[in-house]
Amino acid sequence: MPAGPWQRAWRRLRRRPSAMLGLAVVLAFIVLAVFAPWIAPMDPIATSWSAIRKAPSAQYWFGTDEIGRDVLSRVIWGTRASLLAGVVSVSISLLIGVPIGMAAGFLGGWVDAVISRITDAFLACPFLILAIALAAFLGPSLTNAMVAIGISAAPIFVRLTRGQVLSVKVEDYVEAARAVGNPPLRIALRHILPNITAPLMVQATLAIAAAVIAEASLSFLGLGQQPPAPSWGSMLNTAKNFIDNAPWMAIWPGVSIFLLVLSFNLLGDGLRDALDPRQR
Amino acid sequence: MSSIPRRFLLAVAIATAAAAAPAQTLRIGLAEDPDALDPTLARTFVGRLVFAGLCDKLLDIDEKLGIVPQLATSYQWSPDNKQLTLKLRQGVTFHDGEKFDAAAVKFNIERHKTMAGSNRRGELAPVTSVDVVDPSTVRLNLAAPFSPLLAQLTDRAGMMVSPKAAQAEGDKFASKPVCSGPFRFVERVPQDRIVLERYANYWNKEAIHFDKLIYTPIPDATVRLANLRSGQLDFIERAAPSDMEKVIAEKKLKTARITEIGYQGITINVGKSDKAKATPLGRDPRVREALELALDRQGLVQVVMDNEAIVGNQWVAPTNSWYAKNVPVPKRNIERARALLKEAGVTNPSFTLVTPTTSDAQRIALVVQAMAREAGFDVKIQATEFATSLNMADKGDFEAYVLAWSGRPDPDGNLYSFHACKQPLNYAGYCDAETDALIKQSREVLDPAQRKKVFEQVTARVNKERPIIYLYHRKWLWVYNPKLQGVREIPDGLLRVQGLKMS
Amino acid sequence: MFDFLVRRLAQLLPTLVLVSMLIFGLQQLLPGDPAKILAGEEQDPAVVEYLRKKMHLDEPLPVRYAYWMGGVLQGDLGESIRNQQPVLDLVVQKLPVTLQLAAMAMTIALLIGIPAGIISAVARGTVWDWAANVFALWGISTPNFWLGILLILLFAVNLGWLPASGYVSPFEDLGANLKAMIMPAFVLGNAIAAVLMRHTRSAMLQVLSADYVRTARAKGLDERTVVLKHALRNALTPVITLGALELGTLLSGAVLTEQVFTIPGFGKLIVDAVFNRDYAVVQGVVLVTATAYMLLNLLADLAYFAVNPRLRH
Repeated sequence: MPAGPWQRAWRRLRRRPSAMLGLAVVLAFIVLAVFAPWIAPMDPIATSWSAIRKAPSAQYWFGTDEIGRDVLSRVIWGTRASLLAGVVSVSISLLIGVPIGMAAGFLGGWVDAVISRITDAFLACPFLILAIALAAFLGPSLTNAMVAIGISAAPIFVRLTRGQVLSVKVEDYVEAARAVGNPPLRIALRHILPNITAPLMVQATLAIAAAVIAEASLSFLGLGQQPPAPSWGSMLNTAKNFIDNAPWMAIWPGVSIFLLVLSFNLLGDGLRDALDPRQR
Repeated sequence: MSSIPRRFLLAVAIATAAAAAPAQTLRIGLAEDPDALDPTLARTFVGRLVFAGLCDKLLDIDEKLGIVPQLATSYQWSPDNKQLTLKLRQGVTFHDGEKFDAAAVKFNIERHKTMAGSNRRGELAPVTSVDVVDPSTVRLNLAAPFSPLLAQLTDRAGMMVSPKAAQAEGDKFASKPVCSGPFRFVERVPQDRIVLERYANYWNKEAIHFDKLIYTPIPDATVRLANLRSGQLDFIERAAPSDMEKVIAEKKLKTARITEIGYQGITINVGKSDKAKATPLGRDPRVREALELALDRQGLVQVVMDNEAIVGNQWVAPTNSWYAKNVPVPKRNIERARALLKEAGVTNPSFTLVTPTTSDAQRIALVVQAMAREAGFDVKIQATEFATSLNMADKGDFEAYVLAWSGRPDPDGNLYSFHACKQPLNYAGYCDAETDALIKQSREVLDPAQRKKVFEQVTARVNKERPIIYLYHRKWLWVYNPKLQGVREIPDGLLRVQGLKMS
Repeated sequence: MFDFLVRRLAQLLPTLVLVSMLIFGLQQLLPGDPAKILAGEEQDPAVVEYLRKKMHLDEPLPVRYAYWMGGVLQGDLGESIRNQQPVLDLVVQKLPVTLQLAAMAMTIALLIGIPAGIISAVARGTVWDWAANVFALWGISTPNFWLGILLILLFAVNLGWLPASGYVSPFEDLGANLKAMIMPAFVLGNAIAAVLMRHTRSAMLQVLSADYVRTARAKGLDERTVVLKHALRNALTPVITLGALELGTLLSGAVLTEQVFTIPGFGKLIVDAVFNRDYAVVQGVVLVTATAYMLLNLLADLAYFAVNPRLRH
């Protein structure tokens, strides 16, 4: 049986080493997050007054932080917060952005005009400012940071979805479905949505990368994950005060963010190539 | 003049000119950008650092918090202590050339009291009127004796601006302040720099050895220190405690560690709102005592401040002459804490500790959480952005709150607004009629020995209720160029520019 | 072309109004009483009352919006409550700083992103492709504040080559200015390099498989000429115009970069203003930047059409 479009895309993805590497690292981090309680050598919130800001050693592979907690364990547990921040934020963006974008693209007319103007207004404000204002409004916590990032990033998906819907709307199969008399909602869900999934997937993967950085940025400003729960961003926030005498506090969370975000970026780029029908 | 060869005179002239020092600039790194540079409106600590170079005041304080003359050369209380007569220094002029005299003092005090948005009103509240006795004598009339008055006049309430400039600029004065200090205002670029240049007619010009002062706000302590290290700055204030060990070990820079006149503490809602009744901590003073006994203050200082603080249990530090020796700092005592909790009928009390999102406040919360757990407390931490927390404190919408106070030279400045009934900073909601009467008495008694006795009584009463558990008194950490001499370590944390010079 | 311009301008106005309402609404939603925050340590009730009246805080939201918009239309963006400077003055003072930072960052981004994109497209599937990818992606994979702190530690504290922070006007001392700006510009430019690399790469890939390129190859021209003379010129057009649109990203990135490097530009101004609830400053600055962003969008679209006659309709 000839391979379907998804199998062909997977094969194309497999042939790109950078994308595969990205995928492997992402999966490794997911494993780390899920099995954190078993993998982490120590309790991430257990303080130890005698081991304050100790350099990496046999006992503390990544050193300790300003109140004696093991950095390695905190980095491992922090994977949960960062992955969650990335995935949940983008899910919120998708849940808000895709339906609105579809409405704009599909219904057209004044609905489209209003939605487009509002989206333009959101996109004209610097993303981080919106996120900061929202996070400050909701109160500093990881959940609120995710909501703030999700809402601030939704307009990107509105615009993307709308564009995709506009170009797919004029395809033959959609015209045919309409001619047969299908109700608009059915057309939207059964015919249009599956055909715009590919670019949405790509954008979502790239957005997860950006969301992880955004969470780190908000935590850096004191608006994200609050103590004592570990998150890479809040670890960086604390570490910046001790960069000179305890650099390991900043290096390991920073490297982790870098690896995770880079991997999502590589994966996203790979997906774009694999899913683009014009690439050979 | 022909006996001395002209060429010789010329040579001497050139040599003298060449030997004259090049323009000396002192570059100071601040921890924040100051707010409005108008002594009447100013409301930040960091603004006072700039005022130290820009605006002289009637009186000043020395290293022992004693009152010393500046624009006023002497003072005299009337027998009923309701009038303060100040003799003013002669020959002082403002930066715009106007004379400093009793009329100017009257103008300034009235400006502090009446200008819209003035932050000095509370400080000068008991002053009812000002009389010009003669051009160099002025008299302040009070509604009742007020011992903290002299200390108020050593800060912004005693700063004198040029009446002519103030009237001309109106509420735009802050953009072009005209005072009578050693340096005059040149320019200000917000969040970038404040530039002052030497005022040629300063009355104490022999003590000034710099031509220019540049204040640069650099909020990040690590970056601030990096700037000093790389030679771009000559002096920084509020260095990070964790950096001090390395700086001292390197021996390349000079440091000053001055115990502050403020404090760091935990404010507990004991009566501000219904939340006070919601937890055993707010309801029962025994539970609060148990919390205090569960804390190891020295350990706290070590972990949170890298030992750059001294432990304390009152609104003034143990090294301060006003400290009440009848209420010493208690040692950690877990058994007693547990016993108290049992007595109060709650073995595992829980409460929420609100903390600002600054790094050291969060560390305090974490350490308190860990220490208190050993006595049975279940402390939940809630980090709140500063702006939101002010609102919350005001409404009493908290159970416990990590809060610091920058401190005032007179102990009344650390006491009255916090423990007198219904005062704006009394977030704890503590209100006791007898304590109130004692505090009022302490403000009206001028004799230090008598005042101290009253304070001892107030301390004992307040300590029993513990609306605030005082933790420690931080040290002002200054780091500066080793060539800079004449740095005076005055506990208010402000750098005086008189006497400073580069060797 | 003309009616395209008119249509776009007509869209600009309502969008701007929406931006103003969005940022105004967002500010006013922020919890905390701004009068209390600005009232200073002593929290004198008289001062709080005075500030509330001055900022019209007791009036309903639409009235406050009207006060603000009324001022804006007359050219008065309000005053920074914190240090009483007119917002317009602050904007004029800080705009050149952020503009210089943005320009330098964009230059670095172009210098990194475009060659990386070309290599990645031309050497597709090989280790060069991967290397170029990582090199360019490194920029958006690193939180720029972290990179900034590491660079400060390395170049300023340890090596002493560059200043740790601060800004010197280029008119005062160009050398010192460039030394102070190079690190933040690099940190910012890195992030945009990735976006440019992606665009360049996909544009090049499209172009490389196009007919005229095949013709050039068939003619026997060497690969280098094909790439540089024929493909690149066509690929670069959309890339450069898209680059202009990255202003939004630049401003977002500038927010934290300026904080870390203490550059007195817009970014730092806005963050401080949000935390201090200095409404007028946030509203004024966002309005100005949003307008600039939309005008730049418009210019980019016009340039795109001007260069690509096939798209005119």
